[in-house]
Amino acid sequence: MAISVDSPEASRDLCQKAGYTFTFLSDPNLQAITKYDLVHKGQGEGGRDIARPAEFLIDSSGIVRWRMLTENYWVRARPEQVLEAAKLLP
Amino acid sequence: MKRINWQLWLGFLLSVVAFLSYPLVFVNWASTRDFPWANLVLFAVAAVLLFMGIRRAFAPDRRRLSKIVASGVATLSLLIIVMFLFVAFVASRWLPPSTGAPQVAQKAPDFSLADTTNKTVSLSELLTQPINGKPAKGALLIFYRGYW
Repeated sequence: MAISVDSPEASRDLCQKAGYTFTFLSDPNLQAITKYDLVHKGQGEGGRDIARPAEFLIDSSGIVRWRMLTENYWVRARPEQVLEAAKLLP
Repeated sequence: MKRINWQLWLGFLLSVVAFLSYPLVFVNWASTRDFPWANLVLFAVAAVLLFMGIRRAFAPDRRRLSKIVASGVATLSLLIIVMFLFVAFVASRWLPPSTGAPQVAQKAPDFSLADTTNKTVSLSELLTQPINGKPAKGALLIFYRGYW
């Protein structure tokens, strides 16, 4: 699932445009983003706080099995990296 | 009548194209996004053209105006190149340390957020919800900057 500060409406538009069918969650008040210590201060529109890019693979018991915290926000996890990590799931 | 200094203007145009082609084109593929080599190649060609244009403008037979124009255009192009290098290699690395982010083997904090239909969804719910009749193997959380 994808998580950002975007509103449900904005995420719906994005899903329609890009053809995404997985879950998109809205975190405008940075609840989850703060819990995961991913707040990037003042980077959004009008100096709002947003999430820094990060990916976590969670197993069915809720344990983190793999994560990627990029050092450069132009660089994100590639699909093949995630598929490789998915082999770690029991 | 002197002919137009095409090296100079093409160099300028190419530096603009090199800058804009990252967000508009090359960002779409990981191979050109993770390291912006395609843009750096375009900037290198632009720099060569600008150098040729400057040399031409400063040839003894050129008028003073052409030297002034060439200096201005080359400075502007150089600013575009420096700005790109700054954004690509400096500003994009300004990220919070996120030392409190859950580590591998740690429990992922649960959360409940609205999905695109304004229905509240929680991580624990998604992890226990069967997919196509089979128990879920896990979940991939992708945090992103938004505003796409």
